[in-house]
Amino acid sequence: MNKPLTTETQRHRGFLCFAFLCVLCASVVNPVLAKEAAPLAQDEAVEKRMVTISEELRCLVCQNESLAASRADLAQDLRREIREQIGQGKSDKEILDFMVGRYGDFVRYRPPLKGTTFLLWFGPFVLLVAGVIGLVAYLRRRGKRVAPAELSAEEQKRAEALLKLGESENKP
Amino acid sequence: MTRYLLPLGIFVVLVAFLAIGLNLNPREVPSPLVGKPAPAFELPQLHRPEAKFSPKNMQGKVWLLNVWASWCVSCRQEHPILVELAKSGIVPIYGLNYKDQRADALKWLQQFGDPYALSIVDVEGRVGIDYGVYGVPETYVIDKAGVIRYKQIGPVTQDALEKTILPLVAELNK
Repeated sequence: MNKPLTTETQRHRGFLCFAFLCVLCASVVNPVLAKEAAPLAQDEAVEKRMVTISEELRCLVCQNESLAASRADLAQDLRREIREQIGQGKSDKEILDFMVGRYGDFVRYRPPLKGTTFLLWFGPFVLLVAGVIGLVAYLRRRGKRVAPAELSAEEQKRAEALLKLGESENKP
Repeated sequence: MTRYLLPLGIFVVLVAFLAIGLNLNPREVPSPLVGKPAPAFELPQLHRPEAKFSPKNMQGKVWLLNVWASWCVSCRQEHPILVELAKSGIVPIYGLNYKDQRADALKWLQQFGDPYALSIVDVEGRVGIDYGVYGVPETYVIDKAGVIRYKQIGPVTQDALEKTILPLVAELNK
């Protein structure tokens, strides 16, 4: 049954061996490379809290990104800062206060309700209410202007005739 | 008549709001640190790494703290103005070399001139965070009691220097 190996199949086997070794090497090297991302996986609970906090914060370098999403240098530094403060056992509020104390209310996507942010929070509702009042006033005025149309006796007759015609046509 | 005037009036108000909005600079976030004591730190100096500098050393003086880096492009824009200001001797300028390499920073100063009484090195950017730095260059005016009185975000322009910074320094020096 067993045929003697030709040089062709030998070469083929050699190649397979080589490929296998490559894969083996890659799988050995991989964990070493993966270590670079270690801070992320170091403590999942800390990381999760860091992300929750930093999603509430604006990155000041690219203002439409949250601190959690931004790749800016400053964002990375601030995430490191948050991580360290979580490690020191600070509460979420203390960490938020730390950021606000340095960068102002603007870093928070949900700024606190106070005198200077009153218009920001309620401005849209004020506009909405003003719009509704304007609309109601306009509709009332228009209602008075447009007089209900009254039919003369002749028009009334014609209308009835037309309606009757329609009824007889609709009958099977 | 009011039929046309009312929409026109609303339109004019809208345009006015949009014009104001467009002319605001969203990058200028007012610092909550203005009016508060300058955060304390102690960092090594750029030229003499073995020596330290702390804002405490500046008690009783009005001074400028300018955040700069060799990788910062806008810093080159303001640099000649700072060099001129340093020559005039009106107010001492201290540099906070932010997240930079020492060799690069030294080379940069050699190339463009050194307006700083001395520079301090913040490699990790931690003091930068304490000062609320988010876009280099930034310049702080600090008074005799060590309170931050003004923060210039972005490059110091001739206009900002003459209209805001110098009058403020003169007033604080009284």
